[in-house]
Amino acid sequence: MTDALLRVAGLTKRFGGLTVVDGVSFEIQPGEVVSIIGPNGSGKTTTLNIISGVLRAASGTVELDGKRITGRRPYEIAHLGLTRTFQNGRVIGNLTVADNVLVGLESVQTVGRPFPRLRGIPGIRWIPLLAETGSALVPSRKRRRQDAADAEHVSSELARFGSRLAPRRDQYAYSLSYANRRRTEIARALVAAPRLLVLDEPTAGMNQTETAEVLQQLLELKAAGQTILLVEHKLDLVMTLSDRVLVLDDGHVIAHGTPDEVRRDPRVIEAYLGKAFAEGNDA
Amino acid sequence: MDILLAGVVSGSTYALLAVGVSLIFGVSNIVNFATGAVFAVGGMLGWFLAAVLAWPLWAVLLAVVAFTSLLGWVIFLVAVRPLRTAPGIAVLLATFAVGIILDNTSQRVFGAETRRFPSLLERSNFELWGFRFGTIALVIIGVSVVCVALLAWVLARTRIGRAIRATSQDRDAAAQMGIPVDRVQAYSFVIASGLGGVAGVLVGMYFSNVSPTMGFMAGIQAFAAATIGGLGSLPGAIVGGLILGIAEAFGVALWGDSVRQLITFGSLILVLWVRPGGILGRVPVVAAEPMTGTFFGAGPPLRLGKWAGVALAAAALLLPLVAGDYVLRTGAIVWIYALFALSVTIAGGFAGQIVLGQAGALAVGAYTSALLVTKAGWDFWASFIAAGLVAAIISVILTAPTWRLRGHYVSMATLATGAFIAALALNLPAITNGARGIYGIPRPTLFGISVSSAVGMYLLTFVVLLVALIVVSRLGRSHLGRTWSAVREDEVAAASSGIHPAAYKSLAFGLGSVIAGFAGALYASQITYLEPSQFGVSLSVLAVTIAILGGLRAPMGVVIGAVILVGIPEFFRAFADWRLLFYGLLLLVLILWRPQGLWAHSEPVARAWRRLARRGAREEVSS
Repeated sequence: MTDALLRVAGLTKRFGGLTVVDGVSFEIQPGEVVSIIGPNGSGKTTTLNIISGVLRAASGTVELDGKRITGRRPYEIAHLGLTRTFQNGRVIGNLTVADNVLVGLESVQTVGRPFPRLRGIPGIRWIPLLAETGSALVPSRKRRRQDAADAEHVSSELARFGSRLAPRRDQYAYSLSYANRRRTEIARALVAAPRLLVLDEPTAGMNQTETAEVLQQLLELKAAGQTILLVEHKLDLVMTLSDRVLVLDDGHVIAHGTPDEVRRDPRVIEAYLGKAFAEGNDA
Repeated sequence: MDILLAGVVSGSTYALLAVGVSLIFGVSNIVNFATGAVFAVGGMLGWFLAAVLAWPLWAVLLAVVAFTSLLGWVIFLVAVRPLRTAPGIAVLLATFAVGIILDNTSQRVFGAETRRFPSLLERSNFELWGFRFGTIALVIIGVSVVCVALLAWVLARTRIGRAIRATSQDRDAAAQMGIPVDRVQAYSFVIASGLGGVAGVLVGMYFSNVSPTMGFMAGIQAFAAATIGGLGSLPGAIVGGLILGIAEAFGVALWGDSVRQLITFGSLILVLWVRPGGILGRVPVVAAEPMTGTFFGAGPPLRLGKWAGVALAAAALLLPLVAGDYVLRTGAIVWIYALFALSVTIAGGFAGQIVLGQAGALAVGAYTSALLVTKAGWDFWASFIAAGLVAAIISVILTAPTWRLRGHYVSMATLATGAFIAALALNLPAITNGARGIYGIPRPTLFGISVSSAVGMYLLTFVVLLVALIVVSRLGRSHLGRTWSAVREDEVAAASSGIHPAAYKSLAFGLGSVIAGFAGALYASQITYLEPSQFGVSLSVLAVTIAILGGLRAPMGVVIGAVILVGIPEFFRAFADWRLLFYGLLLLVLILWRPQGLWAHSEPVARAWRRLARRGAREEVSS
C-alpha cells in the first residue's frame, strides 16, 4: 500500500475547545474517486481545508504521493499537484472566465518565471520575482508562444462544459449565473491537470438537470483516470460516482467502504441517511 | 514617578480615542479618519466655553459631549452611510475629507493660533510618598475611567449594547434578526465622537493649550493605540492607549519631544510584526468564504485608444507653447504627484493592497537623491536611479513581515512604516540635517546642461511620467497583472491555485516604492529644499486619494487625479485661508459622487451609451 496518492493519518483540528476533526485517517489510490459524506458540521470541509493547506491541523499527517504536506502553505500544495474548489465558490469576480481559468495554470507556469527553486527562500525570492517582472515587461518569443498555447488550453478546458462556458469566455465572472461560477471554478482547478482534484460540494445550489450534467462530466473525468476527493450532500451523485465513501459524524469516521457497504451500515443510517433512504434503495 | 503619572494621564486620553476607533471598527469595519478632527473640535470648543465664556468644568464637558456626539451623527449621515456598498477605502477617504473640513472650519471659527486653555483645576495640590500631583490628573484619569466603564456597562447590559455587539459579530445576520444596523452604526459614531470630544477637553486642560490642528496626530496615535491593543477589542484599546502613553512619556523624558512619533510608529510596526492581531486581539484564521451574490463588479478601468493616448500626450507636450511659467511650474508638480500616486496604482490597484505609507518611500528617494547630489557630487540621473532602489529596499525590508496580513492591517502597517521613516528623518540630524532640512538642492542636469527653466522641468517630469505610465500599463496587462488580480480579489483562492500571495504583494509594493523613489528625486530637485515635515501621513493619503479618485486600477487615473487634486487647488492659492476647506469639500463630493473613481467603467454611463448606440443602429436600419 505504499503507492497511495493521498494518505491522511490521525488528522485532528480544534477550534477553541471544540474538536471538529478527530483522528480522521484514510487513503486514496491513484485513479480512485473517494467521497466524504456526513451531516452538516461533521468536519468535512475542515478536513478538506487542512488537506489543501488552508487550515493547519492540531495533529496528524497528510502525505501526497509519499511526500508530507502537513503544515505546507496552500500554494506549495498546489505546486505538488493538488487543486481544489470551495464550498461557496471562489471565482474571481473581476476577471473574465478565461482569465479565471488561466489563474489555475499558475501552479504549472514556468515560462517567463526563471529560478523557480529560489522562490521558497525569503530575501533570495526577489531574484525570480524581478526576473519575472522583466519577462512581463518584455515578453520573450517563447513566452508569447506559451500565452497562445495557454489560451488554446483554456478553450479546450471550457469546451468540457459544452455550450455553458465557451460562449461566455470573455465575460466577467461576476456576471455569471451561480452554476456557471461553479463550472468556472472546476475548470480552474482542472486546467493544471492536477494529480488530485478536491471538490467541495461542486453541485451545491444546482438544480437536477445541472447536477446530472456535472455528474456526467465527473464520470468522464473518472474514466480518464482522474483521482478525485469529493465532499457532497447529493447521495445519488456520490453513490454513482464513488469507488469508496467515507462517512463523518462529529469529527469521527463512522463508516468507510464501497457505496453499497456504507448504505447498509446501521451507524450511517442512524447518523445521516435515515431509515427511508436505506430501505428505499434496498427495495 | 512623575513621568509614569504623565504617561498614565496622556495614555488614558489615548485610550478614550482608541476605544472610539475600536468601537467603530468593530461595528462597521471602518477606519474613521475624522477621529482626530472631532477631538480637536472638542478641545477648541472646550477652550471657547471655558476661557471666553468662563463656564465651569462640568458644564464645559457636558456641552462638548453633546456637540461632538451630534457631530458624530452628522459625520455618519454625510460621509459613511451613502458609501455603504462602496469599498472600505472610499469610506476611509470620505472620513479623511471630513477631518480636513472640520479642522479648517474650526480654524475659521476659532482662529488658527494656539490658545491657552485655562487649567480650571489645581496642578499640584496633593502629595503622596514624596511626589506631587494635582486634582487635574485625578480628574482626567477619573473621567476616562468613568467613560469607559459607562461604555462597558452599556455594551454588556442594555438592548443597544446587545445590538452593537451583535452587529460587530455578524452584520448580515444582525440585520436579518431585525436589528437596525444603520442606527447601530450611527450610535457607534455618536459614542466614539462623544468620547473624542471629552478627550479633547481633557488634553487641552492638561497641556494648557489647544489648537485647531492638534487633531490629526492625535487621531493617528489613537489608531496606533487601538491596533497595538487589538483592533475591535475595547479592553485592548485601553491597554494599547496606556502602553503608548507611558512609552511616549518615558521616551520624551529621556530623548526629547522629537522622538514621540518614532516611538508611536516604531511600537506599532513592532506589534504588527510580532503579534499582528494586537495584544488582546486576533486576526481571523480564515477569512469567511464569500457568499455568492454579495460581490459586485468594481468597475473595470476604461481603456484609452492608442491614438487618443498619443493625442493627449502631444497636447501635454505642446502646453509650454501657450502657457506661462506659473502654469508650467504647477504642471511639473502635478506630474511629480501623478508619478508618486502611480506607486499606489501598482500596490493598490493591481495587487489590492491599500498602502498608506508611500510618503516614506518618497522621502527616502528625495533624501537619497538630494544627499548624493549635494554631498557626494553625483550626477542627477545616477542619484535618480539610486533614489528608486534605496526607497524600494528600505520600504520592502520594513514591511516584509506584514504581507501575510490583509486589508486594514496592511494599510495600518504601511502607514506606520511611512510615518516611521519621516520620524527617522527628523531624528537622524547627522544624515538628514534634522528639522533644519536640506536647502539649495540643484536642478537636474541633462547631458551636462542644467535644466532649470520652468519649461525644462515641465517637459522632463512629463517624459519620466509618460515612460512610467507605459511601463506600468504593460505590467498591468501582462500575465503578472493577472496574477496580481487574483491576489487582489481573493487571496485564498489565489493561494490554492498555486500563487504565493505574500511574494506578489511584496513585489507590487516594492515596484511601487521604486516609482515613489523616482518621484522623490524629481520632487527634491523641483522644490529644491527638504524637511521632514513635508512627508507626513497626509501626503501618503494624498497619493492614495489621487489614485483612487482617478480610478485605482487604471494607470491613466493618476493623471486625472493629480490634475484635479494638485493642479486645481494650486490656482486657489490666492484664497490661502479657504484653500484647504475647499479641498476637503471637493474631496468629499468627488468620493460621494464616484467612489469607484473617475476613470472607470460605470453602469449608468454605460447604459446611457448603449441606449444611444442602439438608437443610432435603429435609425440606420430604418433609413
